[in-house]
Amino acid sequence: MSSTGTAALPAPSETGASPVGLRTGLFYLLAGAWFGVVLTKAEVISWFRIQEMFRFQAPHMYLIIASAIGVAAISLALVRRFVPRSVTGEAIHVPAKQWGKGVRYPLGGTIFGAGWALTGACPGPLFALVGSGLTVVTVVILSALIGTWSYGHLRPRLPH
Amino acid sequence: MTDWLFEPWPWWIAGPAIGLTVPLLLVVGNRMLGISGNLRATCAAVAPGKADFFRFDWKRVAGWNLLFALGIGIGGLLAVTFLGGGGEVAVSDATRADLAALGITSAEGLAPAEVFSWSGLLSVRGLVMLVLGGFLVGFGASYAGGCTSGHAIMGLADLQLPSLVAVIGFFAGGLAVTHFVLPLLFGGAP
Repeated sequence: MSSTGTAALPAPSETGASPVGLRTGLFYLLAGAWFGVVLTKAEVISWFRIQEMFRFQAPHMYLIIASAIGVAAISLALVRRFVPRSVTGEAIHVPAKQWGKGVRYPLGGTIFGAGWALTGACPGPLFALVGSGLTVVTVVILSALIGTWSYGHLRPRLPH
Repeated sequence: MTDWLFEPWPWWIAGPAIGLTVPLLLVVGNRMLGISGNLRATCAAVAPGKADFFRFDWKRVAGWNLLFALGIGIGGLLAVTFLGGGGEVAVSDATRADLAALGITSAEGLAPAEVFSWSGLLSVRGLVMLVLGGFLVGFGASYAGGCTSGHAIMGLADLQLPSLVAVIGFFAGGLAVTHFVLPLLFGGAP
C-alpha cells in the first residue's frame, strides 16, 4: 500500500486482454440484458428505493446488496480454486486495488454518493431507466460522461 | 403459475442474480464486474482530448463494458414491456411520509415525475438533480475508480479495503444530500 503517485496508478479496467469477438460480444450483451431485467424488476433502479435506502427505512436494498456480495464472494473463492482460465483462454486474475495516497476512495466515493442520492441511480440503473422509457435520463448519462471527461482532464492535478 | 414473474422480484432473487454475474463475467471473459468503465470508454472513443486517462485501447479493454451497458438498457425495456416492471414502487410508509413532507406525494413509476421528465428538467431542481447529479456520478465514479457494482459488489466480495472506504464515501455523500440538499431543493426553490 505504498504511495506511488498518480502516474503509476493502474487504469481502472485494464485487466482483460483478449478483444471482444462476436460470440463473447453477444454474451456480454445478454448478460447485461439479464442484469438490466433484474435491476428493473427488483426496483433497484427506482429513485424511491434509493431514498428509502439512504433513510434506512427498509431492508430491501441492503438485503439485495448484502446477498449479492455474499454470493459473489463465495463464487469468487470457488472460481479462484477451480477455474484457472477463462473460456477466452486468459488466466483469471482479480488485481488488488492500489491504495495510493488514500484520497481517491473517500473523496471520489463521497462525490459519487452525492450524485447517487440526487439522481437516485448509479451507472447501471441509468441505462435501465432509459430502456424502461424514462428518456430524460439520457441527460443524466450525458452529464455523467461530461463528469468523467472532466475528471480525465483534471486527473493529473487531483490527489489520488 | 408464472404470476410471480410479473410482481416485483424479491431481494432473494435479485441479490444472488446480481452476485452471480461476478463469476459469470470472470469465467467467460476474465472481466471484473463494474459498469462505470463504459463512461471512460465512451469518452476515449468520442472525445479523448489531451487526457492520458482516455488514451487507451478502449475497444479491447472496455468494449465488453459498452455491450454490457447496452444490454442493461435492453433489459430495462424488456422488463417493462414483457414482465410488468416499472409500476408503482411499494416503498415503506416511513419513506412515503418523508417524501410527502417534501412535497412528493406519488410513488407512481420509478422516479418522481415532477423531476424526472423533460418539463421537470427545466427548473433549478431538475437541473441540480439530473444535470449536476449526473456530473457527480460520472466524476465521482471515475475518481473513486468504480461505482456501486465495481466497489460495493465486486470490491467488497473480494475483501478489498479501498472498496470499503469508497462505499463508506458513497454513503457519506448520499446521506448528506438526502438530509441537507433535498430539503432545500423541494422546500425552497421550485
